[in-house]
Amino acid sequence: MEKVLTRNIKPGKPPTDMAAYEANGGYQGLRKAMSGMSPQDCREVVSASNLRGRGGAGFPTGMKWSFVPMGDKCTPGHKYLVCNADEMEPGAFKDRLLMEYDPHQLIEGMILSAYCIGADISYIFIRGEYIVAIERLRKALEECYAKGYLGENILGSGCKLEMYVHPSAGRYICGEETALINALEGKRANPRAKPPFPQVSGLWGRPTIVNNVETLCNIPHIIDRGAEWFKSLGVGEDAGTKLFGVSGRVKNPGCWELPMGTPIREILENHAGGMQDGLQLKGFLPGGGSTDFLTKDHLDLAMDYNVIGKAGSRMGTGTMIILDDQTCPVGMVLNLIRFFAHESCGFCTPCRDGLPWTRQVLEDIEQGRGKVEDLDTLEYQINYIGAIGNTHCALAPGAMEPLQSALKYFREDFERHISGGCCPYHSGKGA
Amino acid sequence: MSNAKMIQSDVSSVLTLQEMAEIDHELEHIPYKSGAAIDALKIIQAGRGWVSDECLQAIAKYLGMSSEELEGVATFYNLIYRRPVGEKVILFCDSVSCWISGCDSVKQTLSDTLGVDYGETTKDNRYTLLPVPCLGACDRAPVMMVGDDLVTHLDDNKINELFSASKTGDQS
Repeated sequence: MEKVLTRNIKPGKPPTDMAAYEANGGYQGLRKAMSGMSPQDCREVVSASNLRGRGGAGFPTGMKWSFVPMGDKCTPGHKYLVCNADEMEPGAFKDRLLMEYDPHQLIEGMILSAYCIGADISYIFIRGEYIVAIERLRKALEECYAKGYLGENILGSGCKLEMYVHPSAGRYICGEETALINALEGKRANPRAKPPFPQVSGLWGRPTIVNNVETLCNIPHIIDRGAEWFKSLGVGEDAGTKLFGVSGRVKNPGCWELPMGTPIREILENHAGGMQDGLQLKGFLPGGGSTDFLTKDHLDLAMDYNVIGKAGSRMGTGTMIILDDQTCPVGMVLNLIRFFAHESCGFCTPCRDGLPWTRQVLEDIEQGRGKVEDLDTLEYQINYIGAIGNTHCALAPGAMEPLQSALKYFREDFERHISGGCCPYHSGKGA
Repeated sequence: MSNAKMIQSDVSSVLTLQEMAEIDHELEHIPYKSGAAIDALKIIQAGRGWVSDECLQAIAKYLGMSSEELEGVATFYNLIYRRPVGEKVILFCDSVSCWISGCDSVKQTLSDTLGVDYGETTKDNRYTLLPVPCLGACDRAPVMMVGDDLVTHLDDNKINELFSASKTGDQS
């Protein structure tokens, strides 16, 4: 298979600098766009490519951009492009790889995306812990300004773009795009009410697009090689390639670029090397900590947004977390709910109070103090705070996804905790 | 007139000229002064390790905000420290992939070795231990950051190697 996003990434080798990036076709997309493609031409190619957002929601990128007011329809002033590099979803570790090893690919993607929507200022909003990526991106930005790929007059086209690396001060909720915008404005990162959507009124009240790192990294290749080529990369319904990751107790945890629509079994068995010796697969979260469990009955499904959606989960970030048969599913869900309770921004009551309540019930069950009626309490929480519309943003509904599917697939495990008065996994009785 | 000349003397007695210049630099591409709140907190913290009440009040005044509003911002973010921290902060990942890979027992070993739990600083002031959301290195779990360095594939041996000099018993 042709590697696209990771073609410059070689484990153990130094990251790609400007010279190496350009030697391997880098900035071809930018040169192509600047020598004859209008922003509208570029947007049409991206729309036709069927690129869907790689941050987790899978929203079509071209459609997201189409809501940005262009030309006369836009009031005078700045427009912004923001790269969401705040990778913090439990179990997600793909954007780090792209930024640490090929920073220019992201920057080229951002220059082109800014051109598409007419943005003149752009930010890479990156979590503060990604020290190496921050350093490498800043160095790459310097190289770009020196070469005239950024600044007042990009490649003599008359277009201008400033780009800043903005390290964040923390908190998972900043990954939500309107919370991220509040953080960029120096405020508490509470998500905003929508509408207005950021495309119309985002950063400082101006039109703003927020795209994930991996999404933006696809743009140079789509512009350079076209929509039909991009669509042909996928082996299922969706277009392009995807960074798929596997973590948990498998033989070879890692992250690989594979065609969209690659079967789960192939990722797990061929690339991750299967389960560690002595362990069996019990279930997995297909796309990070806020996606529903699937089980070994789902291994032959394709990693496509709609296929995984129909199976009752979400492809999310495409980074799978594996639950083995000797790890307690209640403990795993408790770990996740503890995370989400801690990371709630505290703005709305169902999330701020409901998640700690859920955590407490799960702690009771895990530690052998659970009662049968606790399962009803969990169901109540799933229906109440898990319903979109009852909470201010998608954090709490996302938190309920692993819980509701754990109760569906591993209900016996919850019941054994309650009837036995202890965690059967920790007491040495085994699964 | 620059911001540095406009501010009141009590602010300039707390913030250094260098710090104010760095904040001014951030303000160049921010339309409202309060928009630099997080940047300013980080600038102060970068030089001083943490943000004291005195600094917080000075920043608030410098940016034309109430100190209560700025405190609301400062306490929201887990990488802004409103209490003193040690020379290095250990950000220990306890999220799901690290948990599956045994981070709970590594954390216990770490706590025993350093004599601190989450939120505490070692007696020799070298390390402060804090939990952190998933560090995005799940294929190398369990992981943590020690200062600016990512440390992967953690186990008891690795903790002993890293911190044998800091064992609580050595400081008696």
